[in-house]
Amino acid sequence: MEQFETIFASAAEEAAKAETSRALYEVRMQYLGRTGSVTALLKGMREIPAEERPAYGKKINDLRERLEKMFDGRDAEVKERELSARLREEAVDVTMPGRKCEEGTLHPVTRVRNELIDIFSGMGFEVFEGPEIENDYYNFTALNTPADHPARDMQDTFYLTDEFLLRTQTSAGQIRLMEKKKPPIKMLSPGRVFRSDDDATHSPMFHQMEGLVVDRGITLCDLRGMLDEFARTMFSATSKTRLRPSYFPFTEPSVEVDVSCHLCGGKGCSLCKGTGWIEVLGAGIVNRHVLENCGIDPDEYSGFAFGMGIERIAMLKYGINNIKLLTENDVRFLKQFRD
Amino acid sequence: MKVPFSWLKDFVEIDLSPEALEERLFSCGFEVEELIYLGKDVENVVVGEIVSCEKHPDADRLTVCKVDCGARGEKQIVTAATNVFVGARVPVALDGATVKHEGGVQKIKAGKLRGILSEGMFCSGEELGISDDFYEGAEVNGILILDENEDLGSDIRPIVGIDDYIFDIAVTANRPDCQSILGIACEVAAVLKKPHGGFLPPSPYEGAPTDVGFSVEVREPALCPRYLGSFVKDVKIAPSPRWLRRRLALCGMRSVNNLVDITNYILLEVGQPMHAFDRRYLRGDRIVVRRAEAGEKIVTLDEKEFSLTPDNLLICDGERPVALAGVMGGLNSEIREDTTEVFFEAASFARDSVRKTSRALGQRSDSSARFEKGVYPVLPHYGMQRALWLVQKLGCGTPTDKWFAPNFCDVQAGDLAKKKVRTSYEAIDSVLGIRVPKEEVNAILTRLGFEVSDMGASFEVSVPLWREDIDGYPDLAEEIIRMYDYEHITPTFLENATVTHGGLTSAQKSEEKFKRAVQHRGFSEACNYSFCSPKEFDLFRLPAEAPERRAVKILNPIGEDLSVMRTMLMPSMLQNVVRNVRRGNESGRLFELANVYLPKELPLKELPEERRHAVLALWGEGDFFDLKGAVEGVLGDFGIKPSFARAERPYLHPGITAEISAGEECVGVLGELHPAIAEELALEKKVFLAELDYAALREVFAEDIVYRNLPAFPDVRRDLAVVVDEKVTCAELEACILRACKSAVSAELFDVYRDPARLGEGKKSMAVRITFTSGANAEKGLTPEAVDGFFRKIVGNLSHLLGAELR
Repeated sequence: MEQFETIFASAAEEAAKAETSRALYEVRMQYLGRTGSVTALLKGMREIPAEERPAYGKKINDLRERLEKMFDGRDAEVKERELSARLREEAVDVTMPGRKCEEGTLHPVTRVRNELIDIFSGMGFEVFEGPEIENDYYNFTALNTPADHPARDMQDTFYLTDEFLLRTQTSAGQIRLMEKKKPPIKMLSPGRVFRSDDDATHSPMFHQMEGLVVDRGITLCDLRGMLDEFARTMFSATSKTRLRPSYFPFTEPSVEVDVSCHLCGGKGCSLCKGTGWIEVLGAGIVNRHVLENCGIDPDEYSGFAFGMGIERIAMLKYGINNIKLLTENDVRFLKQFRD
Repeated sequence: MKVPFSWLKDFVEIDLSPEALEERLFSCGFEVEELIYLGKDVENVVVGEIVSCEKHPDADRLTVCKVDCGARGEKQIVTAATNVFVGARVPVALDGATVKHEGGVQKIKAGKLRGILSEGMFCSGEELGISDDFYEGAEVNGILILDENEDLGSDIRPIVGIDDYIFDIAVTANRPDCQSILGIACEVAAVLKKPHGGFLPPSPYEGAPTDVGFSVEVREPALCPRYLGSFVKDVKIAPSPRWLRRRLALCGMRSVNNLVDITNYILLEVGQPMHAFDRRYLRGDRIVVRRAEAGEKIVTLDEKEFSLTPDNLLICDGERPVALAGVMGGLNSEIREDTTEVFFEAASFARDSVRKTSRALGQRSDSSARFEKGVYPVLPHYGMQRALWLVQKLGCGTPTDKWFAPNFCDVQAGDLAKKKVRTSYEAIDSVLGIRVPKEEVNAILTRLGFEVSDMGASFEVSVPLWREDIDGYPDLAEEIIRMYDYEHITPTFLENATVTHGGLTSAQKSEEKFKRAVQHRGFSEACNYSFCSPKEFDLFRLPAEAPERRAVKILNPIGEDLSVMRTMLMPSMLQNVVRNVRRGNESGRLFELANVYLPKELPLKELPEERRHAVLALWGEGDFFDLKGAVEGVLGDFGIKPSFARAERPYLHPGITAEISAGEECVGVLGELHPAIAEELALEKKVFLAELDYAALREVFAEDIVYRNLPAFPDVRRDLAVVVDEKVTCAELEACILRACKSAVSAELFDVYRDPARLGEGKKSMAVRITFTSGANAEKGLTPEAVDGFFRKIVGNLSHLLGAELR
């Protein structure tokens, strides 16, 4: 019996000395492990006379239970101390700078482009991208702008040869699509366009978004309805549109579309130059010749088209005051357009 | 197009303020870009008569004057001017007045000058913003001396002709008829529902040209559809009257003499460019309109000599060129002081021909600008009539017959019959989407000069001769709605249209995803011009035969720096990096996804290939492996596991350049900018660049995700360190390991260590972590013994193939 008490006492003493949970585990194994002293006692059972075995066995089990309880208790103590030490050690100066894990940003033009695509694809528009280098036919002739047409002077064109040029308008994509696809058509054509203009407010390259709807019975009222919806989504829920006459060779009638100033709500401010209106896009009813050029019967179908400068929308939306910022690619500028 | 308010009122009665008129013009399609009030800076300046002049007691150069300003009272004014005298009527700026001063505005206040009170200031012509064309004597050095009949105390502005407005109007390209005062007057009349006194169709020409011993021959009727000539005798060359000079000045034209001014006046008022020849210098009694011979020369009025080609149309007399058609007259036949007989020309030249000549020779004039917009064939007739009327009004010559039946040499009048358009009221409504009352349709078209025949449901219009832009019912619909008011257009939402399915194609979605994937790795999207400088190819040290140098050139670039279409994206990206670094942005990450333009042959015979590329750049923070990791990550998002092999590019560091492959295909290149280029650009930071052939990548994007079963038992990982020759690459080591054992699924390098003393010269230790898997269908897990076996086989292979020794 005494033997048991000695074992317990020495175990308790060693456990008390063990300062770490690892050391405590080793001590526990010395007693309760496969080769530990309590296990050895159990192995010695076979030398005990059979009638004494149950009582002896019970005592060993009692000892083991006491030991386990003692070790668990000590373990809790040690772990508690270890944890508080670790917490102390691991404490940091939480005011030190965080480690950088910056995301990049999408270009403001891409953001607006995506937003426009979002708005119009919900209305059933698909996206079609034509080539940036075009031939004279698609960029001008098919758009009802033959060689000596006065409208050619409206745009300063970059020529590559007599025939090939950098497209001056995404409208060129209209023709390519309409040659392939017959009505009903609802198409958006975003992309780069080029004009030989380079000053404070013009860039020789910018982005346009062209929209085209061709179906039966399309009217100017439908154009207005769709652009109203666009203005409300893009600018503000209370945005209004204003149509006024304009001229594009490929639409008739042609209109400029102004949107009520989202900054002042139409009262007049510096953004809208006191007029309450901002010029946002050009649009109109597709010219019959254009439909004919694409093999679509203008007596059966009609349509409208609109086109806007994406940079212009981006500048209005974000309050960017200089178009050059959009191609300088200064990271301090670009990083402002976070998600 | 500059339109003085007062001139407009010659033709139409306007009872609106200029501001209200501006709004009406805007609503019917004529945007007034600027409405200028000429008297804006001149306030509180009145007519005064000097009643006394005395020397200033304390200043030799100053005079003290008493001025009677009528109802504004008598004022004392101290002046430095020397041309003042008692009895002179002068403009007096009273206390609180404003006048023009050196391009700005000066406020006048009463105050003392050398102790004597001055209650204002006398004004010069300059201070009122006028020249002699506005008021006689405005340009003298000193105070403007007014006519002695001007009323004392009255506002100076109407007196000197600055109580007037200029409308600067944007005229759209389809309305060349509105490039004139008269054209705008017609629109104003229509929008205000008033009659107008101008642009009545000219009386049709009747009868053959009278034989005046002079002939006109047009050899190029396509380039000169109409040519009218007329003689004026007994010409007296003199300055024009002030009202005419003022009108020219308001529109920015210089007065020359009465005859020349008449031609310019007609250009402005009617929109018909005219030219006046001195009859004396027209040899052979004839005019010939023909193409120039190659190398033929002409000296124009501004004394410039041009060498011509057959593209240039000439006006010649019997012997030689006398004018560059539609652009400028010749010096040899210009109007002089002693001209006594004038040959007036009013013609219509093809706009394209004038434009080509004007551009090719770099010679522009008001006349050529006008012809380029288009002069319709009825206009010469009207212009000529108006010019001859002016000659009589000014009394500066005698038309060879009465002006209304002039002695025209009208050649190639052509068919001036009016165009007819027949349509229905319903057709108009179908374009607009609203019902416009029939009476409105008829009334609007009539006001615009159309003759309307109402035939019940349908109607026919004859189109005014000056409206060449009208050719179908949509044009009429536009005319109607712009006058009826666009506010009648009520929004509807495609009530009749078919439902369509919208959205992006999968290729378009991939592109968005690609941008997102790059963005998530810290790169911001850049946007660069599609063109660059050919010098970039030199900077990039591309050899003469490099395919990148085969770039499409722009014939008319903004400048040499923007003259070739990009064949690679790296150069503009490098420019972005340089700009950022120079602005103090010491580190950053940028990318761009854009087209390069690859011609099949040069010069272009067909559209070049537009191939999407992506470029990534990183500078300041991070190195080659950061960029490589980003590229691997982005491609990984598309299910591509790229491989990298050492490569060389003239613009990248020869030891830090890798070609990127996906499968067999090379899809890009990655490396550090060549230090020599970095030095040339004074870049102290290392720059890492990658250019990916996005179009090639797109071909190998894994479209669909196919689930693979997980391994049935846990994977086992073992670390291995071997000593190898310096030249052995990580890729070789990895390949060797994976080939040695099917169960090894990955071998990732985690350490490289060099120590000549312990490992030997030219040796390095490479440590890799190998992952073994039992596979999804295994019956049991990998035993330590089995893994030991794999390990031995791998070590054996490494030793055999790469001479590697286990550490």
